Amino acid sequence: MSEEKYIPKSKLGQWFDSRLPLLTLSHHLQAYPTPKNLNYWWTFGGILTFCLITQIITGLVLAMHYVAHVDHAFQSIEHIMRDVNYGWLIRYVHANGASMFFLAVYIHIFRSLFYGSYKSPREVIWIIGLLIYILMMATAFMGYVLPWGQMSFWGATVITNLFSAIPFVGESITTWLWGGYSVDNPTLNRFYSLHYLLPFLIFGLVILHIWALHVPGNNNPIGIDVKKNRNETMPFHPYMVMKDLTALLVFIIIFLWFVFFAPNVLGHPDNYIEANPLVTPAHIVPEWYLLPFYAILRAIPSKLGGVIFMFSAIFILMLLPWLDTSKVRSAIFRPIYKKLFWVLVFVVILLGYLGAKPPEGIYLTLSRLATAYYFIHFLILLPFLGRYEKTDPLPQSISDPVLDKPGVLEKVKKAASAYEGENVGSFK
Amino acid sequence: MKEKTLDHLSNFINKILIIFFLSAIPCVAFSEEKSANLIENKWSFDGIFGTFDRASLQRGFQVYQEVCSGCHSIQHLSYRNLAEEGGPEFTEDQAKAIAKQFEVIDGPNSEGEMFNRTAKLSDKFVKPYPNVEASTAANGGAYPPDMSVLAKAREGGANYIYSLLLGYEEAPVDFDLDDGVYYNKYMAGQKIKMSSPLDDDLIEYSDGTQATTEQMAKDVTTFLVWASEPHLENQHKMGFKTIIYLIILLTLVYLSKQKVWSRFDNKKDSKNEEDTFDKVEEIVTQYEGEDPKSFK
Repeated sequence: MSEEKYIPKSKLGQWFDSRLPLLTLSHHLQAYPTPKNLNYWWTFGGILTFCLITQIITGLVLAMHYVAHVDHAFQSIEHIMRDVNYGWLIRYVHANGASMFFLAVYIHIFRSLFYGSYKSPREVIWIIGLLIYILMMATAFMGYVLPWGQMSFWGATVITNLFSAIPFVGESITTWLWGGYSVDNPTLNRFYSLHYLLPFLIFGLVILHIWALHVPGNNNPIGIDVKKNRNETMPFHPYMVMKDLTALLVFIIIFLWFVFFAPNVLGHPDNYIEANPLVTPAHIVPEWYLLPFYAILRAIPSKLGGVIFMFSAIFILMLLPWLDTSKVRSAIFRPIYKKLFWVLVFVVILLGYLGAKPPEGIYLTLSRLATAYYFIHFLILLPFLGRYEKTDPLPQSISDPVLDKPGVLEKVKKAASAYEGENVGSFK
Repeated sequence: MKEKTLDHLSNFINKILIIFFLSAIPCVAFSEEKSANLIENKWSFDGIFGTFDRASLQRGFQVYQEVCSGCHSIQHLSYRNLAEEGGPEFTEDQAKAIAKQFEVIDGPNSEGEMFNRTAKLSDKFVKPYPNVEASTAANGGAYPPDMSVLAKAREGGANYIYSLLLGYEEAPVDFDLDDGVYYNKYMAGQKIKMSSPLDDDLIEYSDGTQATTEQMAKDVTTFLVWASEPHLENQHKMGFKTIIYLIILLTLVYLSKQKVWSRFDNKKDSKNEEDTFDKVEEIVTQYEGEDPKSFK
């Protein structure tokens, strides 16, 4: 938080600000001190905000033309693609936007894992972030049902059926979710309604996420606390705004490359076949961003067990600030954690790959191993490491030259003493 | 002692890493399970500058009209689309003449009666059967899929349709085929209920092109790709312009960012100088006593 009290210059501004401090807020957002050593991995917060707003705006326009009815949904999508002015563009931005949103959120989450951004005092930011992530998955899943293609229908059937694994009340819950005895028109209608609602809940949580961030301020690649009076921070505007904008443009170029030149590679061809409850597709697969969890679900031999493990895989992350007992935040100074981090990245990608494959033979064995490793990483390795890992010495500040290269510090010290000596001499 | 254990642990982790990467190899090796590799054709609409070959689209429409449309509908195309930019680009009169060949049921009129009239540009392509059930019943229990988005609804897209059209073969001797089922090496399970639809010189192209099976397969595939993505050309053109624009914008923004950041770096330097000056002053005060004037 900016230390100095902000007072608007104009009389009107002062009058207004003392009644509703919007100008103070605006000033705070501009002056918000950010560590000067933030790298480009820190630009994904801004990118994600852009993604959310893009999804809301394109979604709003699509909702003007979409018809949520089992007999018309698929047709109305084709109407949007063909007859609505630039409907194809809006729909492709929305559909690929979902994928890009998840791409960015995964980078954002793994950045947090690498640099220990979830650790004290940022646990609440982390937990709000995970809530956003969970809502995102729910929103994306329901959005994927709306075109009412084969994957929409069968994906919805598989996922809603998961709840039937709950003992005693499972069947009733599933019927309640469906609004009937199978995925049908009532299901489509409520999914549409919720798909419209959830993004605004996400928006609210994003505000809380940013608010919670602005209390302790940003973590940074070195992971030590920034001393605000030592010229180690720069105001958010214009420095971070310009850096975020640069990264955002690179992101948009990749995003639009998909939209214009490969708009369907991230989707499944079967979703261009209208939903048919009588024909089951050969392989029912969710969108790519849900595949790791799908692999965990299928790795467990019992249905209830699979559901429990799948949800635990997400909720275990909520406990991460307490499972990781190391006081050192950044993986740069944690030689073993750094390796484990990359193993985890690999295991999650592997799980994603396995989620797209049929659960048999080598795929099943591998997904069991990878699932086991995923939980071992968080439940055993991290608590153990915090106690026994020998971390590298931390620099005194983020401006410390030790950051640039090892050994530089010694040289600087030598040079400094020589310089000081000279100076002291010259004073006499 | 403790450090040694940690070294061992570190080595162990390295090994795990290697094992994990090696384990990826069987995954890749096992993933080759397709029935037959599709014929890879070079399509004019591929790539970021891809456009449709007008003549091929017009011929493809003719193939659809004379061969496919007996069973397959294209319910999302309208006759007006045939005259629109980026499509086969028939003249409006040609498109009107095409529409006129069909009858649609309209109504109810002011007496409450449904009536037949000839199709107009604004009408959707008339379906061969009134509904899916009728179409299924007439085709031996297999529904001939609507072709509106067929090219997007199959793995392999254009190459798949092209390959399938050319994939009819004599079934191997030990292969069990029921009546009305045909052997096609590109179909999942190699069984297809559509008999080979194309044959050399099956139709006579109005532009005089030799109607070989390959030619017709190519033309009708092109037509079907356009049918499932009628704005493809516009999409490519717009995409190219947008990306060029964004690259220029990115360059400018990046340069501005560098400029803005250099301000901070300079400020930092001057601040450092100030700091040094403060330190020097401090030392000097120590030497010279509290009176700063004597410093001179």
